[in-house]
Amino acid sequence: MDYATLLQLLDSTLRLGTPLLLACLAGLYSERAGVFDIGLEGKMLAAAMSAGAVAALTGSAWAGLFAGIAASLLFAALHGLASITFRGNQLISGVALNFLASGITVLVAQSLFQQGGRTPPLNGDARFNPLTLPFAEAMKDVPIIGPLYFEVISGHSILVYIAFLTVPLTWWVLFRTRFGLRLRAVGENPAAVDTAGVSVVGLRFAALAITGVLCGVAGAYMATALQAGFGREMTAGRGYIALAALIFAKWRPVAAMWACLLFGFFQALALRPDVVQAVVQVKIPVPFLDALPYILTVLVLAGFVGKAIPPRAGGEPYVKER
Amino acid sequence: MDRLPRWADVALVPLISLLLAAIISAIVLLAIGQSPVEAYKVMVDGALGSPYGWGYTLYYATSFIFTGLAVTVAFHASLFNIGGEGQAQLGGLGVALVCLALPWPHWTLALAAATFGAALFGAAWAAIPAYLQAKRGSHIVITTIMFNYIAAALLVYLLVDVLRPAGQMDPASARFPEGAKLPALNDLPIFNLVFQKAVPANVTLFIALFMAWVVWALLWRTRLGYQIRAFGKSESAARYAGINPVKITIVTMLISGALAGMMSVNNVMGEAERLLQNSSEGAGFIGIAVALMGRNHPFGVVLAALLFGFLYQGGAELGLWTSIPIEMRIVVQGLVILFTGALDMMVRMMLTWCFGMVRGTKAAGAA
Repeated sequence: MDYATLLQLLDSTLRLGTPLLLACLAGLYSERAGVFDIGLEGKMLAAAMSAGAVAALTGSAWAGLFAGIAASLLFAALHGLASITFRGNQLISGVALNFLASGITVLVAQSLFQQGGRTPPLNGDARFNPLTLPFAEAMKDVPIIGPLYFEVISGHSILVYIAFLTVPLTWWVLFRTRFGLRLRAVGENPAAVDTAGVSVVGLRFAALAITGVLCGVAGAYMATALQAGFGREMTAGRGYIALAALIFAKWRPVAAMWACLLFGFFQALALRPDVVQAVVQVKIPVPFLDALPYILTVLVLAGFVGKAIPPRAGGEPYVKER
Repeated sequence: MDRLPRWADVALVPLISLLLAAIISAIVLLAIGQSPVEAYKVMVDGALGSPYGWGYTLYYATSFIFTGLAVTVAFHASLFNIGGEGQAQLGGLGVALVCLALPWPHWTLALAAATFGAALFGAAWAAIPAYLQAKRGSHIVITTIMFNYIAAALLVYLLVDVLRPAGQMDPASARFPEGAKLPALNDLPIFNLVFQKAVPANVTLFIALFMAWVVWALLWRTRLGYQIRAFGKSESAARYAGINPVKITIVTMLISGALAGMMSVNNVMGEAERLLQNSSEGAGFIGIAVALMGRNHPFGVVLAALLFGFLYQGGAELGLWTSIPIEMRIVVQGLVILFTGALDMMVRMMLTWCFGMVRGTKAAGAA
């Protein structure tokens, strides 16, 4: 494999890793607050449809982004209502919302545009277009670093950079602010937080709201940057891969970024079976590459690659004693 | 909080959840500019209005009974088996391997062998998540989701590169031999008086009903069933009573996986007569809704499976005859899971409040 091919692969890795990263960080907030959310997939899908539809109607990618976030927040609120307010089963609520999103996105897209459940193709300002970072053109001819900067780092949409900036931000919020401390505490020992006079319900809803916003950005990225419009089931299990990455990263933000980049790299490889074959000299079936993130996650869960210990109060509704 | 009377708990709570799901579905239809009444008519007419429609409704219901029972058994041990989809697809592989292995002389032999193959493969696919949950404490929900995706990838590989006969374009196995053809309801005596056109519902329906009875007997009439339920109610109490948690977790998941795998006898052997990609078509997930709606009781599961059979056949009719997309049925499915599974407490609180009101007025009347 030559350098140019490697750069292409890394470029795809960043593009494909971005929605995973946003969804993974989204899951990080809710799970750290003690709310399991397997509804990441559904929130992304709802956001993608909403963003694709509004961007097509208004011609503005930013309007699409806000619509995507709004749709995702609505689903997050439903999850909160079911699993925090009414103390329902968080896993079942997530499964239900995933189905709801899967169906309703097609219904709405079909009734708005009559294009078989798709939104119309977007172009121009209705999409988040690639940005060329400063000095990218000038540095292009510097050996090794130049092409790396020009091909891989530069030339992505603004949402990609936002996603990667969210990683240090998340680390700072979780580990250096009062809110973050309380958020982590509510996921480990909600009774202690309650005793300290801080609202468990309030914190968990706040965490879910952040989850909603990040999933909204992830979905909007899918429909208005990675692809040009919404198509049915376009998230294709990314919400679950993000969940896998979260476990792989043991619920830590920086590790989450590396996990998402790794899984993004697998997705990039699955798109280029010719490269894989040239490198390993054996024909590797594409489905195997598709399944790699899931197989790796199972290995992590099995404890072969270090033990993943989830937040202790995860999945349990908090009942205030009276 | 006052307790609800038992009949309200068993019958009223699921009915009200269903009603709420129906109301929201109607609102969704109104919001996209369709008529709910018209949609309901098309669904009832297409799914229940003729023996032909019933043939499809019962066909879907057969699959859903199996996957619903699979989720039910696991629920009783407090395990949420969300991997029915992958287990069903592997079950389909088991069916295909059995059917293609021999030139079967008679369908009864083929049916027995294929049922065993399906159960074996389904159970095997549930075995690894079960072991990881029991021994390593990895959460069964996450591992079974991962195994759904791994199963899908595995089947794509097998169908494209291994099982596909030479010269065939579409990724599917070879057609099963004639001797492995299951009789549909229209081929059976007595039933053919009702079902005169060819329908997909087949003899697997009777296996499904029999398995519902087996699951009931297992859970409430055997020592193992008692252990499963005790383990599900309280792991620490079960452990104290000498019940081995590792054994119960693994055995329960094996039974659950076997039941999910067995649904493939219905669709792969009974209908498609060859193994196709994504053969289970989401039936594994519908098992979750069916189990929740059926209150985790085999009898309830059979009723809920019929309801979802109606919903699936009716939804397909909507896609055919109206401009309402077929995805409407996924919306209803999601709503049913939401109301029966996650918002259960809300419905109960509403009902308790209503009962409290009635009691209050009665007490006032008496005084």
